[in-house]
Amino acid sequence: MTANHWIQICLFVGVLVATAKPLGWFMSRVFQGRPCGLDRVLGPFERLMYRLAGVDPQSEMSWKSYAVAVMLFNVLGFAFVYLVVRLQDKLPLNPQAFLANTPDLAFNTAVSFATNTNWQSYGGETTMSYLSQMLALAVQNFVSAATGIAVLIAVIRGFARRNSETIGNFWGDLTRSTVYVLLPLSIVLALALVSQGVVQNFQPYQAVTLVQPTSFDEPVMGADGKPSMDAEGKPITQKKEVTEQLLPTGPVASQVAIKQLGTNGGGYFNVNSAHPYENPTPLSNFLQLLSILMISGALCWTFGDMVGDRRQGWAVLIAMLVIFVPLVIGVVMAEQSGVPAISKMGVDQVISGTQSGGNMEGKETRFGIVNSGIWAAATTAASNGSVNSMHDSFTPLGGLVPMWLMQLGEVIFGGVGSGLYGMLMFAIVAVFVAGLMVGRTPEYLGKKIEAFEMKMASLVILIPPLVVLIGTAIAVVGPGLDYVVGDEVKGNLNNPGAHGYSEVLYAFTSAGNNNGSAFAGLTANEPFYNSALGIAMFVARYWLMIPVLAIAGSLARKKYTPPGAGTLPTHNTLFVVLLVGAVLLVGALTFVPALALGPIVEHLQMTAM
Amino acid sequence: MNRRTPKEEIMKAHLRPCLVMFVLLTLLTGVAYPAIVTLFAQLVFPEQANGSVVKHDGKPVGSALIGQAFDDPSYFWGRPSATGPTPYNSASSSGSNLGPTNPALLESIKTRVEAIRAAHPEHAGPVPVDLVTASASGLDPHISPAAAEYQVARIAKARMLSIEHVRKLVARNYEGRTWGVLGEPRVNVLKLNLALNEIREAP
Repeated sequence: MTANHWIQICLFVGVLVATAKPLGWFMSRVFQGRPCGLDRVLGPFERLMYRLAGVDPQSEMSWKSYAVAVMLFNVLGFAFVYLVVRLQDKLPLNPQAFLANTPDLAFNTAVSFATNTNWQSYGGETTMSYLSQMLALAVQNFVSAATGIAVLIAVIRGFARRNSETIGNFWGDLTRSTVYVLLPLSIVLALALVSQGVVQNFQPYQAVTLVQPTSFDEPVMGADGKPSMDAEGKPITQKKEVTEQLLPTGPVASQVAIKQLGTNGGGYFNVNSAHPYENPTPLSNFLQLLSILMISGALCWTFGDMVGDRRQGWAVLIAMLVIFVPLVIGVVMAEQSGVPAISKMGVDQVISGTQSGGNMEGKETRFGIVNSGIWAAATTAASNGSVNSMHDSFTPLGGLVPMWLMQLGEVIFGGVGSGLYGMLMFAIVAVFVAGLMVGRTPEYLGKKIEAFEMKMASLVILIPPLVVLIGTAIAVVGPGLDYVVGDEVKGNLNNPGAHGYSEVLYAFTSAGNNNGSAFAGLTANEPFYNSALGIAMFVARYWLMIPVLAIAGSLARKKYTPPGAGTLPTHNTLFVVLLVGAVLLVGALTFVPALALGPIVEHLQMTAM
Repeated sequence: MNRRTPKEEIMKAHLRPCLVMFVLLTLLTGVAYPAIVTLFAQLVFPEQANGSVVKHDGKPVGSALIGQAFDDPSYFWGRPSATGPTPYNSASSSGSNLGPTNPALLESIKTRVEAIRAAHPEHAGPVPVDLVTASASGLDPHISPAAAEYQVARIAKARMLSIEHVRKLVARNYEGRTWGVLGEPRVNVLKLNLALNEIREAP
């Protein structure tokens, strides 16, 4: 770790914390329907939307009605994405003439974008038309994020209200998240990114003549479409000149802005934010990195403000940082120390003033080790999943950190809205455990935590690990190891041994926690993974959202219990320690055996090589 | 007459808002938003919005942001690229996704180290890591300053220039950290090679 490492990490964390209050304040005003500044410009537009839809945002819903609205809206979004990508070859704005998605890919993609996961079995620049990117995918980037925020706001109302049967109006919350929060921030960020070189146009891909033509050996295809073999059984090749490069373009900046702000993470191009057209400079990298965590961090402040005690919001945010910052440092250190076997070949992996050194396989020169490391931690702490380096090529311990951050349940910042409501479930568990210790009915924010809340919170906490571990187990006993194309059997895994297993564990971890990042060597665009991961994403999103809304409904109905002598204060260091302990214990106890078979074994192998 | 259950009532009450809101939000975020961003981007930052294309004699020869494959001894070489079927295929970005214990990765790094050493007999020390490891995108336009310095003597010999002259060109194409803090120092390979060609074209 050099001085510059520390400065870049501190600058990022510092700016992130500094945005929490202003943005949190703004969102608190927006969701309480109070003047926020932007309403003078956008208010008439908002009201027009309500009028057209026949919505009265003042008319409130019970938790069940709220949940039905959420589900209906999400199912509609799913169906729409499925149809657009299935029919993209017949729809306009497809200058590269891409084919329709296969049914399993379309199912996977539709679930993935509707659930805010944005797992991508496909490479964007070779699969999706401009229309699919905008009308199907970008729309879900907005509304899936807005759904997460809406559900969180409903939960906050559950804590804040007393003796109430209702928790707000979903259509109002959805509209406000989109119109006042996500859209304005996205426009500003998209233009800032364009200034750095992120492309934004509707031109077809542009061919340019290379400065130096190169040649490569191309396999000669026989009449049967397979490579021809010579007498010795080696494929016959011919020299092929390459004189041109095809520069991919499209409406990229608009897509990238919302993919980060909405913690979606679905890249425009195959390599996501490692692509120079998605993330061209260190400044574009910093802005995207900030956008990944900014809204989730600020919502903590919004939470504190709306429940009437801002210290409560800070306590939760501090607990998140206590887990996040050491893991950032851990991944940077692991990647900086490099791979011993590569040093032995006469390769210089030592950091100096003229190179970042370290494990540079799968990393970009402009980002080097430290920005790749911060990003890997941030994108998996939040359920973002975009990457600026290839996690599959990380050192074993460097790859363990992002995997474990997801396995903690996406509550360290987490998805916009979903991260904080997940963290509040852990807060309920933490006060419950503390209550057990002193033999008293636990309370949180003046609400008694009883059997119903504990059951629901346990469901929310236990479902993702169940999905992850069972999914991985099914995959590695057979169905996830190879697949058939035509009459050929191909392997899914890109790496042998422990690392190959890590690819599978990472995939289910990512889908089962709605993250969407990948150890991208895994070939997932085939029926087994497209279906299994699709189901995992669906369960992990909605089977959590509904119990969370049930808790919101139950809490809203309760009366306020004033804090007594035996009440655990939930804004102090003790509570932060309890909360961090609850998150880490559940995460560690559940996943250490699974991790031991993958990254931990691989680390021992690597150091022995 | 059938009486509706409460659940059906809820469904019915939500149907119109659901459909209309979906259409409105789709138009807003899927049509109006990208259109507005494109409009402003094309007005204010047309070069960047269209791919930062580099022109030579009026003809586009690449993008300042997208690397190209160079293997001629008279050019600076960029990083290895894992795109298929050819390296630096900008229509299909990709990393190698090989793990650090994968024999395939170690084998290919070993081959690259041998090739780099053979091309640079003047160096006895270790090879900068970015010259023998594939980038994340396969399109990395940069190399580290260390990797550029490693190649200077070879270029000078191939082009019959002084080492100092080549070093000066490298220095001119050096990009430091943003504000001295963000990112890593680097050298843009395409721009540097175009600058080399300009010397040759000058009398």
